[in-house]
Amino acid sequence: MTTAVSIINVVKRFGSLQALAGVSLDIGEGDFFGLLGPNGAGKTTLISALAGLVRPDSGVLKVMGHDVVRDFRAARRLLGVVPQELVFDPFFSVRETLRIQSGYFGIRKNDDWIDEILANLDLTGKADTNMRRLSGGMKRRVLVAQALVHKPPVIVLDEPTAGVDVELRQGLWQFIRRLNAEGHTIVLTTHYLEEAEALCKRIALMKQGRVVALDTTANLLAGHPGDSLEDVFIRTMRA
Amino acid sequence: MIGFWTLFEKEILRFWKVAFQTVAAPVLTALLYLLIFSHVLDQHVRVHGVPYGSFLIPGLIMMQVLQNAFANSSSSLIQAKITGSIVFVLLPPISYGAFFAAYVLAALARGLMVGVGVLLATVWFVDLQVVAPGWIVAFVLVSGALFGALGMIAGIWVEKFDQLAGFQNFLIMPLTMLSGVFYSIHSLPAFWQGVSHYNPVFYMIDGFRYGFFGVSDVSPLLSFAVVFACFAGVTLLTLELLRRGWKLRG
Repeated sequence: MTTAVSIINVVKRFGSLQALAGVSLDIGEGDFFGLLGPNGAGKTTLISALAGLVRPDSGVLKVMGHDVVRDFRAARRLLGVVPQELVFDPFFSVRETLRIQSGYFGIRKNDDWIDEILANLDLTGKADTNMRRLSGGMKRRVLVAQALVHKPPVIVLDEPTAGVDVELRQGLWQFIRRLNAEGHTIVLTTHYLEEAEALCKRIALMKQGRVVALDTTANLLAGHPGDSLEDVFIRTMRA
Repeated sequence: MIGFWTLFEKEILRFWKVAFQTVAAPVLTALLYLLIFSHVLDQHVRVHGVPYGSFLIPGLIMMQVLQNAFANSSSSLIQAKITGSIVFVLLPPISYGAFFAAYVLAALARGLMVGVGVLLATVWFVDLQVVAPGWIVAFVLVSGALFGALGMIAGIWVEKFDQLAGFQNFLIMPLTMLSGVFYSIHSLPAFWQGVSHYNPVFYMIDGFRYGFFGVSDVSPLLSFAVVFACFAGVTLLTLELLRRGWKLRG
Protein backbone atom coordinates (compact mmCIF):
# COMPACT_ATOMS: atom_id res chain seq x y z
CA MET A 1 0.00 0.00 0.00
CA THR A 2 1.40 3.41 -0.98
CA THR A 3 0.90 5.89 1.85
CA ALA A 4 -1.06 9.05 1.06
CA VAL A 5 -1.11 10.44 4.61
CA SER A 6 1.41 9.58 7.26
CA ILE A 7 0.94 10.78 10.85
CA ILE A 8 3.69 9.88 13.29
CA ASN A 9 3.38 10.47 17.04
CA VAL A 10 1.78 13.92 16.76
CA VAL A 11 1.35 15.86 19.99
CA LYS A 12 -0.46 19.17 20.39
CA ARG A 13 -1.41 21.08 23.53
CA PHE A 14 -3.52 24.23 23.81
CA GLY A 15 -2.57 25.51 27.26
CA SER A 16 -3.67 22.85 29.71
CA LEU A 17 -5.71 20.97 27.10
CA GLN A 18 -4.01 17.96 25.52
CA ALA A 19 -5.65 18.07 22.06
CA LEU A 20 -3.47 15.35 20.49
CA ALA A 21 -1.60 12.90 22.70
CA GLY A 22 0.73 11.07 20.33
CA VAL A 23 -1.43 10.21 17.32
CA SER A 24 0.04 7.86 14.74
CA LEU A 25 -1.69 6.43 11.70
CA ASP A 26 -1.18 5.85 7.98
CA ILE A 27 -3.79 6.31 5.26
CA GLY A 28 -3.25 4.46 2.02
CA GLU A 29 -3.46 6.00 -1.42
CA GLY A 30 -6.99 5.60 -2.80
CA ASP A 31 -8.42 4.83 0.63
CA PHE A 32 -11.76 6.15 1.89
CA PHE A 33 -10.82 6.74 5.50
CA GLY A 34 -13.12 7.69 8.36
CA LEU A 35 -11.85 9.69 11.33
CA LEU A 36 -14.53 9.42 13.98
CA GLY A 37 -14.93 10.46 17.58
CA PRO A 38 -17.02 12.61 19.89
CA ASN A 39 -16.68 16.39 20.02
CA GLY A 40 -13.30 17.33 21.48
CA ALA A 41 -11.67 14.04 20.50
CA GLY A 42 -9.02 15.87 18.44
CA LYS A 43 -10.26 15.14 14.91
CA THR A 44 -10.35 18.76 13.73
CA THR A 45 -7.02 19.53 15.43
CA LEU A 46 -5.46 16.57 13.62
CA ILE A 47 -6.90 17.73 10.28
CA SER A 48 -5.76 21.30 10.98
CA ALA A 49 -2.25 20.04 11.70
CA LEU A 50 -2.29 18.09 8.44
CA ALA A 51 -3.43 21.24 6.59
CA GLY A 52 -0.79 23.44 8.24
CA LEU A 53 -3.39 25.51 10.10
CA VAL A 54 -2.08 24.25 13.44
CA ARG A 55 1.56 23.57 14.23
CA PRO A 56 2.11 20.38 16.22
CA ASP A 57 4.29 20.54 19.33
CA SER A 58 6.04 17.38 18.14
CA GLY A 59 5.62 14.60 15.62
CA VAL A 60 5.56 14.46 11.84
CA LEU A 61 2.73 14.70 9.32
CA LYS A 62 3.23 13.93 5.64
CA VAL A 63 1.01 14.20 2.58
CA MET A 64 2.14 11.94 -0.27
CA GLY A 65 5.58 11.83 1.39
CA HIS A 66 5.90 15.62 1.83
CA ASP A 67 6.37 16.96 5.35
CA VAL A 68 3.60 19.52 6.03
CA VAL A 69 5.99 21.83 7.92
CA ARG A 70 9.35 21.54 6.14
CA ASP A 71 7.98 20.94 2.65
CA PHE A 72 4.68 22.77 3.14
CA ARG A 73 4.27 24.04 -0.41
CA ALA A 74 4.36 20.57 -1.97
CA ALA A 75 2.20 19.11 0.82
CA ARG A 76 -0.49 21.80 0.50
CA ARG A 77 -0.62 21.47 -3.28
CA LEU A 78 -1.57 17.80 -2.81
CA LEU A 79 -4.24 18.41 -0.20
CA GLY A 80 -7.80 19.72 -0.45
CA VAL A 81 -9.58 20.55 2.80
CA VAL A 82 -13.26 21.21 3.40
CA PRO A 83 -13.32 23.09 6.72
CA GLN A 84 -15.95 22.39 9.34
CA GLU A 85 -17.06 26.02 9.81
CA LEU A 86 -19.35 27.55 7.23
CA VAL A 87 -16.94 30.28 6.07
CA PHE A 88 -17.04 32.41 2.94
CA ASP A 89 -15.78 35.68 1.50
CA PRO A 90 -18.82 37.98 1.16
CA PHE A 91 -17.30 40.10 -1.63
CA PHE A 92 -17.42 37.47 -4.36
CA SER A 93 -19.74 35.30 -6.44
CA VAL A 94 -19.46 31.51 -6.49
CA ARG A 95 -17.48 31.50 -9.76
CA GLU A 96 -15.18 34.30 -8.59
CA THR A 97 -14.58 32.41 -5.35
CA LEU A 98 -13.58 29.27 -7.25
CA ARG A 99 -11.36 31.16 -9.73
CA ILE A 100 -9.60 32.92 -6.86
CA GLN A 101 -9.10 29.66 -5.00
CA SER A 102 -7.67 28.07 -8.16
CA GLY A 103 -5.26 31.00 -8.52
CA TYR A 104 -4.00 30.52 -4.97
CA PHE A 105 -2.94 27.04 -6.05
CA GLY A 106 -1.21 28.41 -9.16
CA ILE A 107 -3.98 27.47 -11.59
CA ARG A 108 -5.65 29.79 -14.10
CA LYS A 109 -8.15 29.30 -16.92
CA ASN A 110 -9.66 26.14 -15.44
CA ASP A 111 -13.30 27.07 -16.05
CA ASP A 112 -14.02 23.67 -17.61
CA TRP A 113 -13.15 21.95 -14.34
CA ILE A 114 -14.96 24.62 -12.32
CA ASP A 115 -18.08 24.06 -14.45
CA GLU A 116 -17.80 20.29 -13.88
CA ILE A 117 -17.52 20.74 -10.12
CA LEU A 118 -20.45 23.18 -10.12
CA ALA A 119 -22.58 20.72 -12.11
CA ASN A 120 -21.72 17.80 -9.82
CA LEU A 121 -22.54 19.84 -6.74
CA ASP A 122 -25.75 21.20 -8.28
CA LEU A 123 -24.45 24.77 -8.18
CA THR A 124 -24.47 25.66 -11.89
CA GLY A 125 -27.49 27.94 -11.50
CA LYS A 126 -25.77 29.80 -8.67
CA ALA A 127 -22.41 30.36 -10.38
CA ASP A 128 -22.85 34.13 -10.61
CA THR A 129 -24.65 34.57 -7.29
CA ASN A 130 -22.88 36.37 -4.47
CA MET A 131 -21.86 34.05 -1.63
CA ARG A 132 -23.95 36.06 0.85
CA ARG A 133 -27.13 35.13 -1.01
CA LEU A 134 -26.66 31.35 -0.77
CA SER A 135 -28.38 29.08 1.74
CA GLY A 136 -26.29 27.26 4.34
CA GLY A 137 -26.35 24.00 2.36
CA MET A 138 -25.22 25.78 -0.79
CA LYS A 139 -22.39 27.53 1.04
CA ARG A 140 -21.32 24.11 2.33
CA ARG A 141 -21.22 22.79 -1.24
CA VAL A 142 -19.12 25.76 -2.35
CA LEU A 143 -16.66 24.85 0.41
CA VAL A 144 -16.45 21.37 -1.10
CA ALA A 145 -15.93 22.91 -4.55
CA GLN A 146 -13.13 25.14 -3.22
CA ALA A 147 -11.32 22.09 -1.87
CA LEU A 148 -11.49 20.42 -5.29
CA VAL A 149 -10.44 23.24 -7.66
CA HIS A 150 -6.80 22.10 -7.78
CA LYS A 151 -7.69 18.41 -8.18
CA PRO A 152 -5.83 17.32 -5.04
CA PRO A 153 -5.00 13.61 -4.72
CA VAL A 154 -5.90 13.78 -1.01
CA ILE A 155 -9.24 15.29 0.01
CA VAL A 156 -10.12 15.95 3.64
CA LEU A 157 -13.78 16.53 4.47
CA ASP A 158 -14.42 17.81 7.99
CA GLU A 159 -18.14 17.17 8.57
CA PRO A 160 -19.10 18.10 5.01
CA THR A 161 -22.79 17.16 5.26
CA ALA A 162 -23.70 19.18 8.35
CA GLY A 163 -26.71 21.29 7.37
CA VAL A 164 -27.05 19.73 3.91
CA ASP A 165 -30.44 18.23 3.06
CA VAL A 166 -30.84 14.52 2.24
CA GLU A 167 -31.12 14.85 -1.53
CA LEU A 168 -28.08 17.06 -1.85
CA ARG A 169 -26.18 14.87 0.59
CA GLN A 170 -26.76 11.89 -1.72
CA GLY A 171 -25.49 13.91 -4.68
CA LEU A 172 -22.42 15.00 -2.74
CA TRP A 173 -21.56 11.42 -1.74
CA GLN A 174 -22.06 10.21 -5.30
CA PHE A 175 -19.52 12.80 -6.46
CA ILE A 176 -17.06 12.02 -3.66
CA ARG A 177 -17.39 8.28 -4.38
CA ARG A 178 -16.60 8.97 -8.02
CA LEU A 179 -13.50 10.94 -7.05
CA ASN A 180 -12.45 8.07 -4.77
CA ALA A 181 -13.01 5.57 -7.60
CA GLU A 182 -10.77 7.74 -9.80
CA GLY A 183 -7.98 7.35 -7.25
CA HIS A 184 -8.41 10.30 -4.87
CA THR A 185 -7.78 9.50 -1.23
CA ILE A 186 -10.68 10.64 0.96
CA VAL A 187 -10.40 11.42 4.66
CA LEU A 188 -13.79 12.00 6.26
CA THR A 189 -14.90 13.15 9.68
CA THR A 190 -18.61 12.99 10.39
CA HIS A 191 -21.05 12.51 13.20
CA TYR A 192 -23.37 10.62 10.82
CA LEU A 193 -22.06 7.14 11.60
CA GLU A 194 -24.31 5.42 9.08
CA GLU A 195 -22.62 7.50 6.36
CA ALA A 196 -19.18 6.50 7.63
CA GLU A 197 -20.23 2.83 7.74
CA ALA A 198 -21.52 2.96 4.17
CA LEU A 199 -18.60 4.93 2.69
CA CYS A 200 -15.39 4.29 4.60
CA LYS A 201 -13.12 1.31 3.97
CA ARG A 202 -11.00 2.01 7.05
CA ILE A 203 -11.87 3.85 10.25
CA ALA A 204 -9.97 5.35 13.16
CA LEU A 205 -11.88 6.05 16.37
CA MET A 206 -10.44 8.91 18.42
CA LYS A 207 -11.01 9.73 22.07
CA GLN A 208 -9.33 12.45 24.14
CA GLY A 209 -6.59 13.07 21.61
CA ARG A 210 -5.71 9.41 21.04
CA VAL A 211 -6.55 6.79 18.43
CA VAL A 212 -8.40 4.08 20.37
CA ALA A 213 -9.36 1.85 17.43
CA LEU A 214 -7.98 1.60 13.91
CA ASP A 215 -9.07 -1.06 11.45
CA THR A 216 -11.05 -1.75 8.32
CA THR A 217 -14.74 -1.07 8.67
CA ALA A 218 -15.42 -4.76 8.01
CA ASN A 219 -13.07 -5.88 10.81
CA LEU A 220 -14.50 -3.37 13.28
CA LEU A 221 -17.99 -4.75 12.61
CA ALA A 222 -16.91 -8.41 12.38
CA GLY A 223 -16.00 -8.53 16.06
CA HIS A 224 -19.59 -7.73 16.97
CA PRO A 225 -21.99 -9.56 14.61
CA GLY A 226 -25.28 -7.77 14.14
CA ASP A 227 -24.00 -4.50 15.57
CA SER A 228 -23.91 -1.28 13.59
CA LEU A 229 -20.94 1.06 13.54
CA GLU A 230 -22.86 3.25 15.96
CA ASP A 231 -22.99 0.36 18.47
CA VAL A 232 -19.26 -0.25 18.07
CA PHE A 233 -18.60 3.49 18.44
CA ILE A 234 -20.62 3.80 21.66
CA ARG A 235 -19.02 0.66 23.16
CA THR A 236 -15.52 1.90 22.32
CA MET A 237 -16.12 5.38 23.74
CA ARG A 238 -17.50 3.97 26.98
CA ALA A 239 -14.61 1.56 27.45
CA MET B 1 3.83 33.79 -8.89
CA ILE B 2 0.20 32.99 -9.85
CA GLY B 3 -0.65 32.61 -6.16
CA PHE B 4 0.80 36.04 -5.41
CA TRP B 5 -0.96 37.71 -8.35
CA THR B 6 -4.27 36.10 -7.44
CA LEU B 7 -4.06 37.27 -3.84
CA PHE B 8 -3.03 40.75 -5.02
CA GLU B 9 -5.92 40.91 -7.51
CA LYS B 10 -8.36 39.61 -4.90
CA GLU B 11 -7.29 42.33 -2.48
CA ILE B 12 -7.69 44.99 -5.20
CA LEU B 13 -11.15 43.65 -6.11
CA ARG B 14 -12.12 43.58 -2.44
CA PHE B 15 -11.77 47.34 -2.02
CA TRP B 16 -12.74 48.22 -5.59
CA LYS B 17 -16.15 46.55 -5.18
CA VAL B 18 -16.87 49.06 -2.42
CA ALA B 19 -14.93 51.98 -3.98
CA PHE B 20 -17.56 54.51 -2.93
CA GLN B 21 -16.60 53.81 0.67
CA THR B 22 -12.89 53.01 0.22
CA VAL B 23 -11.83 55.56 -2.41
CA ALA B 24 -14.48 58.26 -2.96
CA ALA B 25 -15.23 58.93 0.73
CA PRO B 26 -11.63 59.74 1.77
CA VAL B 27 -11.27 61.98 -1.29
CA LEU B 28 -14.36 63.92 -0.23
CA THR B 29 -13.05 64.20 3.35
CA ALA B 30 -9.75 65.66 2.11
CA LEU B 31 -11.60 68.07 -0.17
CA LEU B 32 -13.69 69.31 2.77
CA TYR B 33 -10.53 69.82 4.86
CA LEU B 34 -9.06 71.90 2.03
CA LEU B 35 -12.16 73.99 1.42
CA ILE B 36 -12.66 74.78 5.10
CA PHE B 37 -9.02 75.46 6.08
CA SER B 38 -8.04 77.30 2.91
CA HIS B 39 -11.19 79.44 3.08
CA VAL B 40 -10.33 80.51 6.61
CA LEU B 41 -6.54 80.78 6.34
CA ASP B 42 -5.43 81.14 2.73
CA GLN B 43 -5.45 84.96 2.74
CA HIS B 44 -3.76 85.22 6.13
CA VAL B 45 -1.14 82.50 6.37
CA ARG B 46 1.89 81.61 4.28
CA VAL B 47 4.14 78.71 5.23
CA HIS B 48 7.71 78.55 3.82
CA GLY B 49 6.52 81.40 1.54
CA VAL B 50 3.73 79.22 0.11
CA PRO B 51 0.01 80.16 0.41
CA TYR B 52 -1.68 78.00 3.06
CA GLY B 53 -4.06 76.24 0.64
CA SER B 54 -1.17 75.10 -1.55
CA PHE B 55 0.89 74.11 1.50
CA LEU B 56 -1.97 71.98 2.79
CA ILE B 57 -2.55 69.80 -0.28
CA PRO B 58 0.58 67.58 -0.16
CA GLY B 59 -0.07 66.93 3.54
CA LEU B 60 -3.69 65.98 2.86
CA ILE B 61 -2.64 63.66 0.02
CA MET B 62 -0.03 61.90 2.14
CA MET B 63 -2.35 61.65 5.15
CA GLN B 64 -5.02 59.94 3.07
CA VAL B 65 -2.49 57.64 1.39
CA LEU B 66 -1.21 56.50 4.79
CA GLN B 67 -4.60 56.10 6.46
CA ASN B 68 -6.10 54.20 3.53
CA ALA B 69 -3.10 51.92 3.01
CA PHE B 70 -3.31 51.04 6.71
CA ALA B 71 -7.09 50.59 6.57
CA ASN B 72 -6.91 48.27 3.57
CA SER B 73 -4.56 45.61 4.86
CA SER B 74 -5.77 45.78 8.47
CA SER B 75 -9.50 45.59 7.64
CA SER B 76 -9.00 42.81 5.11
CA LEU B 77 -7.09 40.64 7.59
CA ILE B 78 -9.32 41.26 10.60
CA GLN B 79 -12.44 40.63 8.52
CA ALA B 80 -10.98 37.38 7.16
CA LYS B 81 -9.97 36.30 10.67
CA ILE B 82 -13.36 37.06 12.21
CA THR B 83 -15.40 35.45 9.43
CA GLY B 84 -12.98 32.51 9.21
CA SER B 85 -12.33 33.04 5.49
CA ILE B 86 -8.63 33.54 6.29
CA VAL B 87 -8.46 29.74 5.95
CA PHE B 88 -8.73 30.12 2.15
CA VAL B 89 -5.35 31.89 2.01
CA LEU B 90 -3.72 29.76 4.70
CA LEU B 91 -4.48 26.39 3.07
CA PRO B 92 -2.84 27.03 -0.34
CA PRO B 93 0.93 26.87 -0.96
CA ILE B 94 1.46 30.66 -0.83
CA SER B 95 4.79 31.62 0.72
CA TYR B 96 4.78 34.17 3.52
CA GLY B 97 6.83 36.52 1.34
CA ALA B 98 4.18 36.41 -1.41
CA PHE B 99 1.46 36.83 1.23
CA PHE B 100 3.22 39.96 2.54
CA ALA B 101 3.86 41.42 -0.92
CA ALA B 102 0.27 40.90 -2.09
CA TYR B 103 -1.31 42.58 0.95
CA VAL B 104 1.18 45.47 1.05
CA LEU B 105 1.01 46.21 -2.69
CA ALA B 106 -2.80 46.12 -2.67
CA ALA B 107 -2.82 48.47 0.34
CA LEU B 108 -0.41 50.75 -1.51
CA ALA B 109 -2.62 50.62 -4.61
CA ARG B 110 -5.63 51.81 -2.59
CA GLY B 111 -3.54 54.51 -0.94
CA LEU B 112 -2.30 55.72 -4.32
CA MET B 113 -5.79 55.71 -5.83
CA VAL B 114 -7.06 57.86 -2.97
CA GLY B 115 -3.94 60.07 -3.19
CA VAL B 116 -4.41 60.67 -6.92
CA GLY B 117 -8.11 61.28 -6.27
CA VAL B 118 -7.32 63.92 -3.64
CA LEU B 119 -4.83 65.57 -6.00
CA LEU B 120 -7.32 65.66 -8.88
CA ALA B 121 -10.12 66.96 -6.63
CA THR B 122 -8.08 69.72 -4.97
CA VAL B 123 -5.64 70.92 -7.61
CA TRP B 124 -8.31 73.19 -9.17
CA PHE B 125 -8.54 75.35 -6.06
CA VAL B 126 -4.89 76.32 -5.60
CA ASP B 127 -1.67 76.94 -7.46
CA LEU B 128 0.37 73.77 -6.93
CA GLN B 129 3.97 73.42 -8.15
CA VAL B 130 6.05 70.28 -8.64
CA VAL B 131 9.76 70.90 -8.00
CA ALA B 132 11.16 67.42 -7.44
CA PRO B 133 8.82 64.67 -8.74
CA GLY B 134 11.34 61.95 -7.87
CA TRP B 135 11.02 62.74 -4.16
CA ILE B 136 7.22 62.80 -4.46
CA VAL B 137 7.17 59.30 -5.96
CA ALA B 138 9.82 57.93 -3.58
CA PHE B 139 8.09 59.20 -0.43
CA VAL B 140 4.58 58.17 -1.42
CA LEU B 141 5.63 54.64 -2.42
CA VAL B 142 7.75 53.86 0.63
CA SER B 143 5.40 55.57 3.10
CA GLY B 144 2.28 53.90 1.65
CA ALA B 145 3.99 50.50 1.73
CA LEU B 146 5.12 51.11 5.31
CA PHE B 147 1.54 51.81 6.43
CA GLY B 148 0.28 48.83 4.43
CA ALA B 149 2.73 46.66 6.39
CA LEU B 150 1.73 48.30 9.67
CA GLY B 151 -1.87 47.51 8.78
CA MET B 152 -0.89 43.87 8.34
CA ILE B 153 0.63 43.78 11.82
CA ALA B 154 -2.51 45.37 13.28
CA GLY B 155 -4.79 43.02 11.33
CA ILE B 156 -2.86 39.98 12.51
CA TRP B 157 -2.55 41.21 16.08
CA VAL B 158 -6.09 42.35 16.94
CA GLU B 159 -8.99 39.98 17.42
CA LYS B 160 -11.98 42.35 17.33
CA PHE B 161 -13.04 45.32 15.22
CA ASP B 162 -13.06 47.66 18.24
CA GLN B 163 -9.43 46.78 18.95
CA LEU B 164 -8.60 47.75 15.39
CA ALA B 165 -10.58 50.99 15.79
CA GLY B 166 -8.50 51.69 18.91
CA PHE B 167 -5.31 51.12 16.93
CA GLN B 168 -6.53 53.53 14.23
CA ASN B 169 -7.94 56.22 16.53
CA PHE B 170 -5.27 56.23 19.22
CA LEU B 171 -2.14 55.56 17.18
CA ILE B 172 -2.49 56.05 13.43
CA MET B 173 -4.77 59.12 13.55
CA PRO B 174 -2.66 61.09 16.10
CA LEU B 175 0.58 60.15 14.32
CA THR B 176 -0.76 61.49 11.01
CA MET B 177 -2.68 64.52 12.33
CA LEU B 178 0.27 65.66 14.51
CA SER B 179 2.89 65.21 11.82
CA GLY B 180 2.74 68.57 10.07
CA VAL B 181 -0.14 67.91 7.69
CA PHE B 182 -1.74 71.22 8.69
CA TYR B 183 1.33 73.20 9.82
CA SER B 184 5.09 73.52 9.68
CA ILE B 185 6.70 72.26 12.88
CA HIS B 186 8.66 75.55 12.97
CA SER B 187 5.44 77.17 14.11
CA LEU B 188 5.45 74.94 17.23
CA PRO B 189 7.10 75.66 20.59
CA ALA B 190 10.62 74.18 20.86
CA PHE B 191 9.47 71.25 23.01
CA TRP B 192 6.83 70.10 20.51
CA GLN B 193 9.24 70.63 17.63
CA GLY B 194 11.55 68.15 19.39
CA VAL B 195 8.69 65.70 19.97
CA SER B 196 7.71 65.93 16.28
CA HIS B 197 11.14 64.64 15.31
CA TYR B 198 10.25 61.30 16.97
CA ASN B 199 7.16 60.93 14.76
CA PRO B 200 8.13 59.09 11.55
CA VAL B 201 5.05 60.45 9.77
CA PHE B 202 6.51 63.95 10.10
CA TYR B 203 9.41 62.88 7.81
CA MET B 204 6.99 61.33 5.30
CA ILE B 205 4.93 64.52 5.02
CA ASP B 206 7.91 66.87 5.12
CA GLY B 207 9.83 64.96 2.42
CA PHE B 208 6.72 64.56 0.26
CA ARG B 209 6.00 68.28 0.55
CA TYR B 210 9.60 69.07 -0.45
CA GLY B 211 8.87 67.41 -3.80
CA PHE B 212 6.17 70.03 -4.48
CA PHE B 213 7.71 73.24 -3.13
CA GLY B 214 11.45 72.55 -2.76
CA VAL B 215 11.34 73.66 0.88
CA SER B 216 11.05 71.54 4.00
CA ASP B 217 11.64 71.55 7.75
CA VAL B 218 14.48 69.00 7.45
CA SER B 219 16.59 67.70 4.56
CA PRO B 220 14.64 65.33 2.25
CA LEU B 221 17.59 62.97 2.29
CA LEU B 222 17.40 62.66 6.08
CA SER B 223 13.63 62.27 5.87
CA PHE B 224 13.93 59.51 3.31
CA ALA B 225 16.58 57.72 5.36
CA VAL B 226 14.27 57.75 8.39
CA VAL B 227 11.22 56.61 6.39
CA PHE B 228 13.14 53.86 4.60
CA ALA B 229 14.65 52.60 7.87
CA CYS B 230 11.15 52.43 9.38
CA PHE B 231 9.86 50.61 6.30
CA ALA B 232 12.72 48.09 6.47
CA GLY B 233 12.13 47.49 10.19
CA VAL B 234 8.37 47.05 9.87
CA THR B 235 8.84 44.80 6.82
CA LEU B 236 11.26 42.52 8.67
CA LEU B 237 8.93 42.37 11.68
CA THR B 238 5.89 41.55 9.53
CA LEU B 239 7.77 38.85 7.60
CA GLU B 240 8.92 37.27 10.86
CA LEU B 241 5.35 37.26 12.25
CA LEU B 242 4.12 35.62 9.04
CA ARG B 243 6.96 33.08 9.05
CA ARG B 244 6.02 32.07 12.60
CA GLY B 245 2.32 32.08 11.74
CA TRP B 246 1.76 34.30 14.78
CA LYS B 247 -1.99 34.53 15.56
CA LEU B 248 -2.71 32.94 12.17
CA ARG B 249 -1.63 29.31 12.57
CA GLY B 250 -2.35 27.78 15.98
